[in-house]
Amino acid sequence: MSGTYLGMPAFPKAAHEAVHNTTLRGNLRHATHTIRAKRAAAVAEVSDWAALRDAGKQIKDHTLRHLDRYLVQLEEAVTAAGGTVHWAADADEANRIVTYLVKATGESEVVKVKSMATQEIGLNEALEAEGIHAYETDLAELIVQLGKDRPSHILVPAIHRNRGEIRDIFAREMGEWGRPAPEGLTDTPAELADAARLHLREKFLRAKVGVSGANFMVAETGTLVVVESEGNGRMCLTLPETLISVVGIEKIVPTWQDLEVFLQTLPRSSTAERMNPYTSTWTGTTAEDGPQTFHLVLIDNGRTDTLADEVGRQALRCIRCSACLNVCPVYERAGGHAYGSVYPGPIGAILSPQLRGTGSEIDASLPYASSLCGACYEVCPVAIDIPEVLVHLRERVVQGGPVTEQGNKVVLKPAKGHAAERAAMRAARWAFSHPGALRTGQRLASRTRRFHPRTLPGPGKAWSASRDLPALPAEPFRDWWQRTNGGRTNDGGTTGGGTTGRGSTGRGSTGGGTTGGRTTGSTNGGKDTGK
Amino acid sequence: MSSRDLILGRVRRALADVPRDDTPYQQAVQRDYLREHGGRSVAETVELLAENLADYRAIVHRCADEELPELLTRLLAGRGSQTVLVPPGLPPYWLKAVDAARVHDRATSTAHELDRVDSVVTACALAIAETGTIVLDGSPDQGRRRITLVPDHHICVVRVPEQVVSSVPQALELLDPTRPLTWISGPSATSDIELDRVEGVHGPRTLEVVLVTGSGG
Repeated sequence: MSGTYLGMPAFPKAAHEAVHNTTLRGNLRHATHTIRAKRAAAVAEVSDWAALRDAGKQIKDHTLRHLDRYLVQLEEAVTAAGGTVHWAADADEANRIVTYLVKATGESEVVKVKSMATQEIGLNEALEAEGIHAYETDLAELIVQLGKDRPSHILVPAIHRNRGEIRDIFAREMGEWGRPAPEGLTDTPAELADAARLHLREKFLRAKVGVSGANFMVAETGTLVVVESEGNGRMCLTLPETLISVVGIEKIVPTWQDLEVFLQTLPRSSTAERMNPYTSTWTGTTAEDGPQTFHLVLIDNGRTDTLADEVGRQALRCIRCSACLNVCPVYERAGGHAYGSVYPGPIGAILSPQLRGTGSEIDASLPYASSLCGACYEVCPVAIDIPEVLVHLRERVVQGGPVTEQGNKVVLKPAKGHAAERAAMRAARWAFSHPGALRTGQRLASRTRRFHPRTLPGPGKAWSASRDLPALPAEPFRDWWQRTNGGRTNDGGTTGGGTTGRGSTGRGSTGGGTTGGRTTGSTNGGKDTGK
Repeated sequence: MSSRDLILGRVRRALADVPRDDTPYQQAVQRDYLREHGGRSVAETVELLAENLADYRAIVHRCADEELPELLTRLLAGRGSQTVLVPPGLPPYWLKAVDAARVHDRATSTAHELDRVDSVVTACALAIAETGTIVLDGSPDQGRRRITLVPDHHICVVRVPEQVVSSVPQALELLDPTRPLTWISGPSATSDIELDRVEGVHGPRTLEVVLVTGSGG
């Protein structure tokens, strides 16, 4: 994945700043709660939702398991229908191909349909560097582009902006790019949409090159599908002479019939509609209708590395509906920018570290950007078990292990940021295997407890910033056990000792490898103490 | 090595865990979802189409085949349309009473020319009741994709009940993927500003659907 967002701080730092922005939090809360309620109603309308979700998962899983075959089939079908297929191993190669194709037309501007893939590879910036202007035409993308901002949501990239902010951006910036905003523009959504219509129409009508992504590609027929609402997609797909579609290799479905599943689940999951206003499908080129030159650029850019991970590959089932963002309590408060990627929210937390690897601070922190509440899995229309992948990636970050990077198998070292955690675990291992030291340490800790700080120093600071440290008992469990003869002398123990005693008994008996007799004894002892 | 071979090689290595005799496509996907949602009579299906179209702000009209020319004339005059785009295969009698100047759908006309046209009248390939969708497939009575996009006013005529299906699965069975298809559910809309739905951005801001009966298919 390209460096569009490189240099971002790790998630906790970025999120910390975002949650203190009350306007942002207000905008997000309003938006996510609105769409959440609507989505639930739209899904409730179809009684076979669970069966559709299963079928969607199965189609995508099957396709991923035989991706080589379907890619070749797709290439043949697109070529037979008059299109040209290009393959790009990474973002740089994809950008080079698109730049070359645009230059070959002799044009210096392109109109773009909103596309996650082109954002992922940083296409606009790459084109700009070569003197080609790329105009985003989706209303939300236009707001982001004019505001020199970054998208913060998969479906509604300007979700973090309210109508007043949008009005100001339009009034200030539209003139720089083309037709200025009308005089006296107010902040009503209808007027703002109208300003966008006028501003963009002059670009649509003169555009010779369109750039798009695709929601689906059908292997058997070579058909591409774009799902949208505003008609800007149709403009870009049908008015220019040349169309260049940049699509991730995972976007394939095997057959035309498979669309019957996704054209039911995608609109309801994303915009909470029975059907989005416009869906366009095209197969190669059609004589005298639409672009007469069609290029399909298939991009890998980390997808094959993701595919190589048997647990993590399910992230490639994603159909970019964004339902997981809208239900996520972490996204709702932190906002999309904190994820440091074009893929924010729960899906971003598992997709970005897989596409880009966990080498950077932000990518190593993303698997932790979750409460593991599971709401994202519940709403996912292709049943991606996001919590499962998050835990899997946390393990990879902390412990390292074998992964695939740019097609090569490598062994990852444990991530740097987790040195303190590993040091603590090593210290614990040593203490538990040296009973004398443990006993002395526990007694010392109990006796000095009124001097203990309320927050941890050093690397533990972040953890204790949002949590209370557990109180130490006045008497270590071992002392209590000896003094009360294993709980048989019923003196009730000291205050607070009961609860803590039960906890440590459980851990001690499983982790300590004690004898059968003592294990039973301590379990009973713990129970008695609790009562 | 070409990037094509590089990527296909990476895919194959990544899938080393997949057995050669992996479950074939036909068995890998359970299609036990519904072909349509609920049992409806033909009349009820048409009714549902009308309801769902209106729910997404399309303006729905109904008439008998012989009333169609008069209705189309009234709709175009009502908007003050001076010019109307006409696909080559539109039944000539539909617009026989219309005063507006006809602009023909030609490959050579520019986007700017289309932008000056007030309205467009087309037929459709089919309509889907459960989602309130009309589908155009570029047949001669529907014309090129752009003619239903650039003008601000689109009137689409649906023959009922012949052209109406219940559901998305039923629609896909009937459609030809080699043709360019446009699925339309209501007029152009956006929810990009605070998730407030606004009708009308880049596509036609007004969509009128005429459900016409008795045209004999």
